[in-house]
Amino acid sequence: MTPMLWKMSAIHAALWVLVVIITFPVVYALIVSTLTFEQTYVYPPRLIPGTELWNNVVEAWDRINMGRVYFVTGVVSAGTAVVKIILSLMAAFAYTHFKFRGRALLFPLTMITQMLPLPVRILPTFEMMADLQWINTYSGLMFPFFASTTGILLFRQFYLTVPRDLPDAARVDGAGPMRYFLQILVPLSRTNIAALFVIEFIFMWSQYLWPLIITTTADMRMMQIGLKMLIATDQIAPAWNVIMAGTIVSMLPPLVVLMLFRKSFAEGIALQTQK
Amino acid sequence: MAEVSFRNIHKSFGKVKVIEGVTIDVADGEFVVIVGPSGCGKSTLLRILAGLETVTSGEVMIGGKVVNDLAPKDRDVAMVFQNYALYPHMSVYGNMAYGLKIRGLPKAEIDARVQRAAEILQLTEFLKRNPRDLSGGQRQRVAMGRAIVREPTVFLFDEPLSNLDAKLRVQMRAELLEMHKRLRTTTLYVTHDQVEAMTLADRMLVLNEGRTEQIGTPLEVYNKPATTFVAGFIGSPPMNLIPGRIAPDGATLVSDGEIDVRLPEPLPKFAGRKVLLGMRPDDLLPCEPGAALVTPHIDFTELLGSDTLVYGHIGPDKTGTRVAVRLHHAMPSVGQAALPLGFEAKSMHLFDAETEKRIEI
Repeated sequence: MTPMLWKMSAIHAALWVLVVIITFPVVYALIVSTLTFEQTYVYPPRLIPGTELWNNVVEAWDRINMGRVYFVTGVVSAGTAVVKIILSLMAAFAYTHFKFRGRALLFPLTMITQMLPLPVRILPTFEMMADLQWINTYSGLMFPFFASTTGILLFRQFYLTVPRDLPDAARVDGAGPMRYFLQILVPLSRTNIAALFVIEFIFMWSQYLWPLIITTTADMRMMQIGLKMLIATDQIAPAWNVIMAGTIVSMLPPLVVLMLFRKSFAEGIALQTQK
Repeated sequence: MAEVSFRNIHKSFGKVKVIEGVTIDVADGEFVVIVGPSGCGKSTLLRILAGLETVTSGEVMIGGKVVNDLAPKDRDVAMVFQNYALYPHMSVYGNMAYGLKIRGLPKAEIDARVQRAAEILQLTEFLKRNPRDLSGGQRQRVAMGRAIVREPTVFLFDEPLSNLDAKLRVQMRAELLEMHKRLRTTTLYVTHDQVEAMTLADRMLVLNEGRTEQIGTPLEVYNKPATTFVAGFIGSPPMNLIPGRIAPDGATLVSDGEIDVRLPEPLPKFAGRKVLLGMRPDDLLPCEPGAALVTPHIDFTELLGSDTLVYGHIGPDKTGTRVAVRLHHAMPSVGQAALPLGFEAKSMHLFDAETEKRIEI
């Protein structure tokens, strides 16, 4: 083998090790979800898939009323992502295309909110939701996430790269600001929209802390709470095979979203890093 | 179709004055080129006419109507931008049709107009393509097509050819002229390229630092530059400007003991005044040393094949006045240190050294 080939082989080997390390938890979860309860407690851990996958899935599904959990989490995740994208698109449009009083102050303020993640402001936010009587409602679950600094920044950076002539050309063609926004700017942002949708959908799908606080009833349970419920049973030892089956099922929607938007997602991310 | 007028236009961005008192009347169907160095305000002037910028003071008129307060869409102008500004996500057809759709034209009418424009610009086979799949020249055509289909009263061009390579630029220039001949639409065209200005313009407006230097036909501007700025800006290489003085008798011009030449007409009014003697590089002719009016020391030469450009200086050292000469043949004797030159009195230009304005002789 030539030195070049050696080098490439070494790099490949190193990358394979990384891939194994990164994917092992998921692969192991998949294996455990196919085992019987007893098989999950053998030592050393069994790495050969079993045949119980379907039964485990059904049990997990039944135990936490997964259909309902799917629905609630889906509505919250997709809804939040969509509203976030709409608001971010419009805020970025305002910040980049209009001069208005207080713009110089508002933009840094928007950025500062990024430094205060939800856990920091969780008490006042909870109180606000309680005052609005939004506990155990979709509004309560979704509202605190609507404003997105990330989204505004993402679209702002993109809009700044749009040549100045483009809005001018649209104006001469007779397009008003909103027509320019809807018919030209938004279509041009589609890869960024796809990227943000994937990121925000998965972000909401994996929320744990906020749903834990803002919901108390079973019918408003979100996915991560549901999974937690699978562990906290009155059995002596957790049924890891069922829990893992639930986990695998819970990962499917984000996976589907990622697959659907994969191409645009990659382009959108590339676009961001280019600039 | 319409005439266009700028009446004493002033424009400031904050404290920066960009345009200071520009006035020009453009006749219906006229092709006027606004030319000047970068930052002279020429693009701003065009954007003011398009309605993309407001004026600080003054009146903009289209078809005899003041349009200061009209939005771009209500001015019935179409503009071609330097970077084409095509909508990247629309097809060529979509780009051309967009403005018409907004205006609510019937679909059949839009279709007919786009097809006609595409034919003129040889874009028919590209109508379904996206701008990114087109070459620079084709994109430029699409931008022009977008303007043509609107059938506007005024065309505005903002350095439309500056992103094209030299060969394509020549071709597009010819096509622009062809198009103007066919449509006869009033056109304002901004460029910093004097060749474009000279070849395209019915009349040109030379701008410098927001002020009008001269308005005139290309030949007027070339043959009788109104200021030293115009003399230096139009023509390549630029006109030589040699400082001198009118003798007390008003009949001769002297310059640092180098030049001593009789004026075609005595100028008693300017006796004793400091002036600049302007000579086109083409008007300086090699001659016998004894007959020379000026003998610059040669610094370097450029051989262009058809002609030779000789650069030199007058005076004791290189800090003296630079002089450029175009010889329409090979150098008379290569290697010589100085080039004796004469010129005809009628090819002289005189400028007041103080006001930098032309003195008629």
